[in-house]
Amino acid sequence: MNPELQGRVLPPTEPYLVGREKVREFARAVFATNPINLDPEAARAAGYADVVAPPTFPIVVQELTLAQLLAEPDADIDFSRVVHGDQRFSYTRPVVAGDQLTATLTVSSVKSLGPHSIVVAESVIVDADGAHVVTAVSQLVVRGED
Amino acid sequence: MPTPDFASLTVGDVVAERSFPLTRDSLVRYAGASGDFNPIHYRDDVAAEVGLPGVLAHGMLTMGLAVQPVVDWAGDPGRIADYQVRFTRPVVVDPQAGATIDVTAKVGQLDEAASVVRIDLTVKVGDETVLGKAQVRVSLG
Repeated sequence: MNPELQGRVLPPTEPYLVGREKVREFARAVFATNPINLDPEAARAAGYADVVAPPTFPIVVQELTLAQLLAEPDADIDFSRVVHGDQRFSYTRPVVAGDQLTATLTVSSVKSLGPHSIVVAESVIVDADGAHVVTAVSQLVVRGED
Repeated sequence: MPTPDFASLTVGDVVAERSFPLTRDSLVRYAGASGDFNPIHYRDDVAAEVGLPGVLAHGMLTMGLAVQPVVDWAGDPGRIADYQVRFTRPVVVDPQAGATIDVTAKVGQLDEAASVVRIDLTVKVGDETVLGKAQVRVSLG
């Protein structure tokens, strides 16, 4: 892959509107049992406007930025050789149904390790007011030719 | 839901444990919910073609479920301040037997000034650890 990607900032994604049923569907898929993730009444009682998304839900929005990165014409990343190494989420607040989220990816680093490349991609996710919600960081390993 | 009492916690305390039996259905459900339709997560032929030992659970599914015992312990998902993992070993999900992921959540570190507790997760399938450096920072302030 192209080492000159390091430092590149991609354009913000189109706004992603977080739907209540999407949150519930995602919550069930990760075996969430907390009523604040599933029941709007329980979420309101806890002080939220609607159901709260599970901690890893931001991957859905981050994924839009990773797709942008892979589609960069000069990225030279073979998707079939990409392995997910690490993942991290740092939250200012949880995602709540009704949020309109926009994500901006920065390629923090590109390093070579033998035939492999290690890319760290940081996606900053903000709400409709531009306030920070969560930053999602992925380390991707692009395996070299065998 | 009650908030855990920071003052009562000691490094090494087990705060939650849970087992997650996964089947192929779980993978299809996660694929639909997350939008990750990579066929290595539901097609044996594709998994074999790319040299995998079998159909694998999405790493993000393992990460997503492993934090759930901590969310329940914390009471409110909004208390999760940070969550990171390293994907160290793939989880092969047998078409008939599935796979069971066992999660143990322990107090790893206490930051008294910030009332933040670091919970360290042990995430295993049988005797094998599948997530490394799996850490959740929970704000109890």
